[in-house]
Amino acid sequence: MIEDTIAAISTAVGEGGIAVIRVSGQDAVPTAARIFRSKSNLMEVDSHTVHYGHIVDLKTKETVEEVLLTVMRGPRSFTAEDVVEISTHGGFISVKKVLDLILQQEGVRAAEPGEFTKRAFINGRIDLAQAEAVMDLIRSKSDRAFSIALKQVDGKLSRMIKALRGQVIELLAHIEVNIDYPEHDVEEMTSNYIREQCSKVIEQLDGLLKTADEGKILREGITTAIVGRPNVGKSSLLNALAQENKAIVTDIPGTTRDVIEEFVSVGGIPLKLLDTAGIRETEDVVERIGVERSRSALSDADLILFVLNNHEPLHDDERRLMDELSHRPVIVIINKTDLAGQLEIEEIENRFPQESIVRMSVLEEEGMDRLEAAISSLFFSGKLESADLTYVSNARHIALLKQAKQSMMDAIDATYNGIPIDIIQIDVRTAWEQLGEIIGDTAGDSLIDQIFSQFCLGK
Amino acid sequence: MGYEAGQFDVIVIGAGHAGCEAALASARMGCDTLLLTINLDMVAFMPCNPSIGGPAKGHVVREIDALGGEMGRNIDKTFIQMRMLNTGKGPAVHALRAQADKFLYQHTMKQTIEETDNLTLRQGMAEEFIVEDGACVGVITKTGATYRARAVVLTTGTYLRGKVIMGELMYESGPNNQQPSVKLSDSLRGLGLQLVRFKTGTPPRVHKDTIDFGKTEIQPGDENPKFFSYETEFSDNEQLPCWLTYTSEDTHKIINDNLHRAPMFSGAIEGTGPRYCPSIEDKIVRFADKPKHQIFLEPEGKNTSEYYVQGLSTSMPEDVQLSILRSIPGLEKVEMMRTGYAIEYDAVVPTQLWPTLETKAVPGLFTAGQINGTSGYEEAAGQGIMAGINAARKVQGKEAVVIQRSQGYIGVMIDDLVTKGTNDPYRLLTSRAEYRLLLRHDNADMRLTPIGYEIGLISEARHQRFLMKKDLVEQEIERLKTAKVKADEELHALLAEIDSAPVQFTTDALSLLRRPEVSYAHLERLVPSPLALTEEMKEQVEIQVKYAGYIEKQLLQVERLGKMEKKRIPDDIDYADVRGLASEAKQKLSDIRPLSIGQASRIAGVTPADISILLVYLEHYNRVVAARG
Repeated sequence: MIEDTIAAISTAVGEGGIAVIRVSGQDAVPTAARIFRSKSNLMEVDSHTVHYGHIVDLKTKETVEEVLLTVMRGPRSFTAEDVVEISTHGGFISVKKVLDLILQQEGVRAAEPGEFTKRAFINGRIDLAQAEAVMDLIRSKSDRAFSIALKQVDGKLSRMIKALRGQVIELLAHIEVNIDYPEHDVEEMTSNYIREQCSKVIEQLDGLLKTADEGKILREGITTAIVGRPNVGKSSLLNALAQENKAIVTDIPGTTRDVIEEFVSVGGIPLKLLDTAGIRETEDVVERIGVERSRSALSDADLILFVLNNHEPLHDDERRLMDELSHRPVIVIINKTDLAGQLEIEEIENRFPQESIVRMSVLEEEGMDRLEAAISSLFFSGKLESADLTYVSNARHIALLKQAKQSMMDAIDATYNGIPIDIIQIDVRTAWEQLGEIIGDTAGDSLIDQIFSQFCLGK
Repeated sequence: MGYEAGQFDVIVIGAGHAGCEAALASARMGCDTLLLTINLDMVAFMPCNPSIGGPAKGHVVREIDALGGEMGRNIDKTFIQMRMLNTGKGPAVHALRAQADKFLYQHTMKQTIEETDNLTLRQGMAEEFIVEDGACVGVITKTGATYRARAVVLTTGTYLRGKVIMGELMYESGPNNQQPSVKLSDSLRGLGLQLVRFKTGTPPRVHKDTIDFGKTEIQPGDENPKFFSYETEFSDNEQLPCWLTYTSEDTHKIINDNLHRAPMFSGAIEGTGPRYCPSIEDKIVRFADKPKHQIFLEPEGKNTSEYYVQGLSTSMPEDVQLSILRSIPGLEKVEMMRTGYAIEYDAVVPTQLWPTLETKAVPGLFTAGQINGTSGYEEAAGQGIMAGINAARKVQGKEAVVIQRSQGYIGVMIDDLVTKGTNDPYRLLTSRAEYRLLLRHDNADMRLTPIGYEIGLISEARHQRFLMKKDLVEQEIERLKTAKVKADEELHALLAEIDSAPVQFTTDALSLLRRPEVSYAHLERLVPSPLALTEEMKEQVEIQVKYAGYIEKQLLQVERLGKMEKKRIPDDIDYADVRGLASEAKQKLSDIRPLSIGQASRIAGVTPADISILLVYLEHYNRVVAARG
């Protein structure tokens, strides 16, 4: 009845070691099979069986993730449709990548809020008594998704998408006027002109996609910078939080030169941790690059974990940092409390409120609970939820941007193949709609408005 | 002084382009039909441009014809110029446009109506509706005649509280100085219908002998004209050219100097005018950087010297109009025969209608044409035939007929009107259709003739011809799939001649035809068909093969969305009861009362989340109803 296939991460993001991606609809199995490499042939396996294998990126041929994949054929599934659930154990980035690979396939789209449940109900899987609960769920989930979506696309991305759509709709209106007013003295639409306009849009889409790959336009979790002088224990803290040895830790000052990202869940709050090269004045050119990056990471951060060494007196660099950080959301971590205290604690207490100062020893694994509590009280406090939908929307944005780019490239191809403009228009219009989906605007009437405001038409 | 003047099945009020189609459809479907008009000399009158067709509009004329309507046949009999537009573009947007002999057009239509069985044409001004048990069952005219019926179709055009405006001059009038219809407007309000005020306009007409055609460019008709009706096979109508000129710097100066006398800007006009058809003063103000505007000079008929000045619609004072005209190259010494004017009129807010064009407030009362907020003869006729069909079906106790958006421009237009409403007079554009490639000019018969036949407007003989065409086209496409074309000298020569890439091995004819530069005519030279195909059929074959990929894509979309269209919403649903719907959605849905989920999803302000909730509610509702048995 409802035939398109939908996909989403169905576990809360940032929590737990495993993330599950659920795919539901008539193409669920072939969709998964296309990117799944395993001994078993998914297309032929029995229902309700689990399969071990790897998700691969067909373009780069790279293995993205090791997964367990469960196939449940309808009607014996949650939605009563064919369902595939992919359990991944990796971090945030690999889950995101797997979902991307699914959403990039034709006929698959990101699930709307509450859509799995809606389908389950419509397909008769859920009891009548639950109808109202389902409606409430859709309402609340979509309201939240809407406010999150608003937050996400507000500002720069939204303005960029709007500007891009403005260019696309101008081109569209021009094509439409050529079609609907063939006898009017408006400029004739040529293949060259269409190519020129489409290329301009593609160039900008590429720019956006590049930043998307770097994770700059889309925010997953709270960007958290760990700052402090070399060797105060920043990387150790990061590792303690991530419980993985991704950053290289040594005793030699200045070994962490790049900004390293890690996604962790602290008390249910997803944090994107940026470990930073030690912040200090330095003569070493290579290291200085790292320091500059750290400074820019610092200015982008939503939360700053400022690490100090209990065993050393305050350094001038640290005093400067204290000045810089005094008006930012910051937690001051006094590390190495297992060693003798030489730090001017009072000076720090004068500058920062008590609840944002945490004493701990990363090495001894002592005080982590206090750090979590401090982060929670600063951010969680009921105001900020671990917004599981944030992530889905982001993958959606990227998928839509890529689709829009493909549509524009199709339009250019069509001009070379002698396809008439009213058919090329289909591709251009599709791009316009795909961009509109990002900012939640697909209203058709604005094209008509554009035609009449851009051109002088009359009888 | 009232008297009982007769009992009918269907009464149609107004004999313009909507009224004529409505009355003819109703009568031809076997309903005893009365067609009432204020002035019998104004049947099928063209108060504005003497032309029919163009993109989207021409498509509608073909659709009317495919359903068994009259407009296509009538213009084929009376055209004085025929042109196929957009021939350089895809087949979906090819569009016929005709210049009509406006007098002949009227007289021919009037005669057809007079000669149609079950149809009574009568002069009279309807002033009041007869309503019993909430339903409309007749009308009373100014002369006291009471006509009774089981359904009434109202097509008032611009007559409803019409007001003509020309500079400082303003008076109550219908188009072309006809009597306006005033009391009917009050009667409609009394029935609870909400009305809006719209405006349109027309340019001056000039005398042919005072035009210096030497200063203009000729625009001839096509040498081998095509026709609107699928029934027209031949015409020996003599064609007349149109002429193209432009406004001058002087024109713009005169208009700018007289803006204080323009009702458009002085505030005298309260109605909302169409955006697509602005007056010349509007164009010059809004597009100030455009140095000149096109002006077409179009003959109004063979036996008249009046020329229509297309592009110069205006409500400037008469003396200013004359100055404007004489500032245009070729018109320096022109004599103005009729003055241009703006006209304001009442229209019904169209979201008060069901997709059948019956008013929700008054069962049995249908409205069609300009009264529903549209503009254009073709738009009016397209609604007219549907209102006539549905009035007749209602009387006969048969299921309503609604054209889907994927079936025709008529469906797009009516759905837009009743679902979204309109803020200014609505004009059809091909860009309003989401399935433009399916709604082609060439395949209106494929889309709608089966419906026309089923409801009894298409004759058995015509239906047989249609089936044969369809069958032969399908056979030919099948043949091409298997017809082998050898990679021989003949093929090489042909491909080289049309600049197409060479072929190395034997190929099938279908693959060759898919190449943009290869036409069916080329193929005929290589693998001639044993079937007796007409030009029309060959065109079908070519289009269906060449654009198969795109057409299939759109068909897939239609199939997907079609499921939403088929999900019916029961009419007794109380949206206030639906938990979780946003309050804006509740309001809109209660007002529009969409018939399907598809229609609901097109209402402005109803979000996908609201649709999800509605789907769940309906499932709940249906299960409860099913449980009750």
